Amino acid sequence: MARMTMIEAVRSAMDVSMGRDDDVVVFGEDVGYFGGVFRCTQGLQAKYGKTRCFDAPISESGIVGTAIGMAAYGLKPCVEIQFADYMYPAYDQITQEAARIRYRSNGDFTCPIVLRMPTGGGIFGGQTHSQSPEALFTHVCGLKVVVPSNPYDAKGLLIASIEDPDPVMFLEPKRLYNGPFDGHHDRPVIPWSKHDLGEVPEGHYTIPIGKAEVRRKGSAVTVVAYGTMVHVALAAAEETGIDAEVIDLRSLLPLDLDAIVQSVEKTGRCVVVHEATLTSGFGGEIASLVQEHCFYHLEAPVVRVAGWDTPYPHAQEWDYFPGPARVGRALVEVMEA
Amino acid sequence: MSDPDRLSLHVPEPAVRPGGQPDFSNVKIPKAGSVPRPEIDVAPEDIRDLAYSIIRVLNRDGEAVGPWAGLLSDDELLAGLKHMMTLRAFDARMVMAQRQGKTSFYMQHLGEEAVSCAFRKALVKGDMNFPTYRQAGLLIADEYPMVEMMNQIFSNESDPLRGRQLPIMYSSKEHGFFTISGNLATQYVQAVGWAMASAIKNDTKIAAAWIGDGSTAESDFHSALVFASTYKAPVILNIVNNQWAISTFQGIARGGSGTFAARGLGFGIPALRVDGNDYLAVYAVAKWAAERARRNLGPTVIEYVTYRVGAHSTSDDPSAYRPKTESEAWPLGDPVLRLKKHLILRGAWSEERHTQAEAEIVDAVIQAQKQAEGHGTLHAGGKPSVRDIFEGVYAEMPPHIRRQRQKAGY
Repeated sequence: MARMTMIEAVRSAMDVSMGRDDDVVVFGEDVGYFGGVFRCTQGLQAKYGKTRCFDAPISESGIVGTAIGMAAYGLKPCVEIQFADYMYPAYDQITQEAARIRYRSNGDFTCPIVLRMPTGGGIFGGQTHSQSPEALFTHVCGLKVVVPSNPYDAKGLLIASIEDPDPVMFLEPKRLYNGPFDGHHDRPVIPWSKHDLGEVPEGHYTIPIGKAEVRRKGSAVTVVAYGTMVHVALAAAEETGIDAEVIDLRSLLPLDLDAIVQSVEKTGRCVVVHEATLTSGFGGEIASLVQEHCFYHLEAPVVRVAGWDTPYPHAQEWDYFPGPARVGRALVEVMEA
Repeated sequence: MSDPDRLSLHVPEPAVRPGGQPDFSNVKIPKAGSVPRPEIDVAPEDIRDLAYSIIRVLNRDGEAVGPWAGLLSDDELLAGLKHMMTLRAFDARMVMAQRQGKTSFYMQHLGEEAVSCAFRKALVKGDMNFPTYRQAGLLIADEYPMVEMMNQIFSNESDPLRGRQLPIMYSSKEHGFFTISGNLATQYVQAVGWAMASAIKNDTKIAAAWIGDGSTAESDFHSALVFASTYKAPVILNIVNNQWAISTFQGIARGGSGTFAARGLGFGIPALRVDGNDYLAVYAVAKWAAERARRNLGPTVIEYVTYRVGAHSTSDDPSAYRPKTESEAWPLGDPVLRLKKHLILRGAWSEERHTQAEAEIVDAVIQAQKQAEGHGTLHAGGKPSVRDIFEGVYAEMPPHIRRQRQKAGY
């Protein structure tokens, strides 16, 4: 076991995968010699050579398009999109190509690629370095969508994603790279080295895609969250004193519906939290599923807490970000309903 | 009079519209045999002229002339002629089958048969094409069974793609034919990635990318050229310029000057233009580019100058946007007739044998069609199962799709 940040855990996952399988290649903007703008690929080129880890031209459609071609050949590309906000030029390649190659060729060709991309806000990145586009992926059949909330999960899920036979969108909440940020931007963040989930095995292990994890057991209300919002939800539960059960989805597609249903049937209440904009967000899907599967157990309407339906602002970041105060108010609201 | 102080937008127009006299005086046709054949390790800047000329082997008399001639034997050329004739007969039957309601849609190759049929012979087993919807000659020339193609077109119970794909969007890894998307230009950059993978693994295989004149305007075309150039990928970047993108003439994608081949020059990629209706020239140029790729010398851009004689698809009526007689005025002639003439001149073929071969080929196509129709057509007979909707989205069916399949009653 070693203490790792989420950056180190992600790097370790790629290192382990590249070491075990010569078909794993890593490329993207600035990922080669320099090791990526967030340093997630640091040292991989030196260790595995520049035909296994290399810089790509600034062309996301080119990066994803070539990765799809490599996967059709038989490689397992794990590519970096420098920010999730930069994936739009590749959206055609992702949705109409990567996601459907297995289906449309009846398995003659497949597309085992991983697109890693830093997601979410909290770093004063403005509207083009703060977005959470996960719902644009969960709406696409044929993709898998993974959002880890800590170093241990990040490594196990990334190795599982690289080994997965289908395309995986791997969204890394960049505000969690160095510590479990809970939304209290005015307080120092504890580093991962002081957190249990910063304890990461150095070798190979996987965490199954499609399995949620309960981060806090509780009986009053179920909070469904993923990524940074898991830590915000935990803070809100402590600060309001409401005995919330916090579920960390880890995978949005496929979704661990059983974990959600089991918890809501117990608590009778549900709050869904995400950083992405509210309308047509993934929270709408969760709320709908809870209504379909748990209607007769519900004591109150499902409440969603999300980013406002506006572009992500720069100076007003902390009025936009759904922090523990907003999540706390939602917990109170759902308890009083 | 235009006001010199005000701007005006230039919108290109084809030379002629319906009702006018076809006019290809703007297509400059060099004499067959006049374009030099450079060494395969030539520097791209030393052959810039080849991106603006047209490499031709067969002259008006049917002779094979010049430095690109002499690569194929009589038997190889006869096989090529039969492939083109088969593709033409196949197309004619399938257009008719679409009119009869046996399938929803079809796209034919009339006038462009030489491009895919000759190109296929320049590749070897294991190489991979990333085709568009108008390269079925790649399959025909590789002896892919016509019945399988028809099963796909009819979306019947034996459709290898289980009814999921629009007709003619074939897929065959075994025959080096990547699954057709129907989405334009996406495959162009994927071919580059496949070629990069082959180089990463120190393999010997090469890739071929395919695109039409209109789709070169897509950003994926430009991404493909960047990546191919940067990593010197072993890929042949084919552009089939058949003059028309549905109703849009090639000048809209190309702009007012240059050629499609010349797009490659800005990326430092050798670029050649070839007579796409000349089987021998297509083969020779494809072979040259394939040798380059295999020798690790990197990508080549090839523009095939041809003409789409038929409609874009069975949903299109070209008489609405171009003169009906335009194809007859096309200065590069018909690829089947040109090769036939050449073979007769060589003493390897005759009018009688051609007529006989035509009858045999039509018969073979009809036999294949009968066999395929025995497995059903779009609205009659055997069809893929509703279960097939839900299978194969992922390697392993996730719970939510399983629930939906059950809801559908399967």
